[in-house]
Amino acid sequence: MTATKTLIYDGSFNGFLTAVFAGFEQKLPFADIQKERSAQNGLFSETETIFTNIDIAKRVWNGIKGRRNSAIKNIYFSFLSGEKNLEPLLYQYIRKIMGSKHVASDFSDACILKISQTAQKVHREKHRMEAFVRFQLTKDGIYFANIEPDFDVLPLISKHFKERYADQPWIIYDLKRNYGLYYDLNGVEIITMDLSHTLENSIKKNTSLVTEEYDYQDLWNNYFKSTNIKSRINKKLHTQHIPKRYWKYLSEKKEAV
Amino acid sequence: MGNASNGICHSYSEDGRCISLLKILLTNHCIYDCAYCVTRRSNDIKRAAFKIQEVVDLTINFYRRNYIEGLFLSSGIFKDPDYTMERLIAVAKKLREEENFNGYIHLKSIPGASDELMYEAGLYADRLSVNIEIPTISGLKLLAPDKKHEDFAKPMRKVKNEIIRFKEERRLLKSTPKYAPAGQSTQMIVGATGESDKDVMYSATHFYKNFHMKRVYYSGYVPISNDTRLPSLGTQVPMLRENRLYQTDWLLRFYGFSVQELLNEQYPNLDMQVDPKLSWALRNLHHFPVDINRAEKALLARIPGVGMTSVHKIMKARKFRKLDWDHLKKIGVALNRAKYFILCDSRYWERRDMDAERIKGLIISTSYGKFRNQYSNQLSLFN
Repeated sequence: MTATKTLIYDGSFNGFLTAVFAGFEQKLPFADIQKERSAQNGLFSETETIFTNIDIAKRVWNGIKGRRNSAIKNIYFSFLSGEKNLEPLLYQYIRKIMGSKHVASDFSDACILKISQTAQKVHREKHRMEAFVRFQLTKDGIYFANIEPDFDVLPLISKHFKERYADQPWIIYDLKRNYGLYYDLNGVEIITMDLSHTLENSIKKNTSLVTEEYDYQDLWNNYFKSTNIKSRINKKLHTQHIPKRYWKYLSEKKEAV
Repeated sequence: MGNASNGICHSYSEDGRCISLLKILLTNHCIYDCAYCVTRRSNDIKRAAFKIQEVVDLTINFYRRNYIEGLFLSSGIFKDPDYTMERLIAVAKKLREEENFNGYIHLKSIPGASDELMYEAGLYADRLSVNIEIPTISGLKLLAPDKKHEDFAKPMRKVKNEIIRFKEERRLLKSTPKYAPAGQSTQMIVGATGESDKDVMYSATHFYKNFHMKRVYYSGYVPISNDTRLPSLGTQVPMLRENRLYQTDWLLRFYGFSVQELLNEQYPNLDMQVDPKLSWALRNLHHFPVDINRAEKALLARIPGVGMTSVHKIMKARKFRKLDWDHLKKIGVALNRAKYFILCDSRYWERRDMDAERIKGLIISTSYGKFRNQYSNQLSLFN
């Protein structure tokens, strides 16, 4: 039996990369990398706690990047999926890449395929969020949006929104993970807020928004309805494109929620 | 403010179509009387028009709230083509110059608009399009007697030439003002004049080749009047046919098919039961089976059930080991169709000596396409 070793890290991406480094240093063929909070010890495995080290994380990052640039994206994206027990698989993936840079395109290898498919899933969610964020203009002149994405995609969409809305302050707040991005015309920072009332769709008007906000929502609603061609109705396709879990924050689906 | 990214659909209407642009008419007043159009002169409906500033405000405010990618502006024709085109350009100009709007703008070229205006339109718009609407010249004469074929072709040709000129000048002088960076497109109505799929796709090919179109769109005719020249009210929108035409369009643009292979004198219409690639494969069984582990890329792309993503993955993966059925399934190949046309690393080969009819029957009986009830003879109990 090959002894597996359990490496426990703090849950951050840098922590994970540090753990990968430790695994490589000890030449572990398998490393059971686990998050602090959800760690479970194997009956016969040794356990080591990893302390996040940014310099080491950077070294690992650059090492993989030097091997194969596109692999970095796959690793980061699938890490953000937060899927359970993905870390050991990622460790294997990194070991394979470091062994030969060509294997990254071996889609007949179960590990490579799984990682690239997971990354693809996260990428899809990122793309959805770029589409489904709905800003509402508050009285302090900030465009505010709530989201509850399946995966932790805020770090991935930040650049897109910064470039697109460079001349308006905005906040995109992830209620599921309880943090958000705030752009103040200079740069984007990470914020956490105590949101007593979220800006979900409701018929009741929210007093913290400018009054014309609801006029534009109505106009948008109207447009949404009249652009639909009744003789071609296809609700199944509609919900396939906009799954119901996203409706909560889409003003055009206000009545449907 | 803003940038043009590629292809974000901010919402989807209940008919399942992507909503990425604010797509509106500046006015529904129109001097023309085209039979297929709701805003035709003879139709007794309420008429209205936007002010230029109203369209600008709507666009900006929708854009800031992340509802849309930009504006798609078309118009009925008031007074004359040039007068209308000028107003469309005024909206785009205002958005660009006064509001610093860098999002996407798609303007309709009004048939018959002058070359000068078409040049100006391209300076502000990302994409320009003229809807040819009726794929055949005889159909156009029948349904839109006021319009001449040349009216459509003229602005298209101007835009094409300007794009070519821009590309040449850009090479010498980096600061040459951009001209319609997203190219031009057109749309055809299908199912209004009894045209064949061959007519539609041959004229689409003509537009792709001679006008360098980025896209040709096919739109199933939605009945709007009791005009005897057109399908009557209550006729079903030919959605399945539209779908097959788009599939054909994809085969022409990305899969290396030529239009004559898919549609010709012998087969002027597409098979509604199966997709056009499968239908071609069944007529050309002598090209198959294709060996997944050896065949060149162009041949892989011709296997039914194998899309370009799978082709790409197969090309990469087969460098490492011989692929078998299991690998193909995981990669995402639609084996229910593909298995009759391929060899892989397995002794098991599906087709043996089945003929085309047999294969087709087997595929249809094991697939559950969304349009299946439209061609199946079996009546549904609950419909």
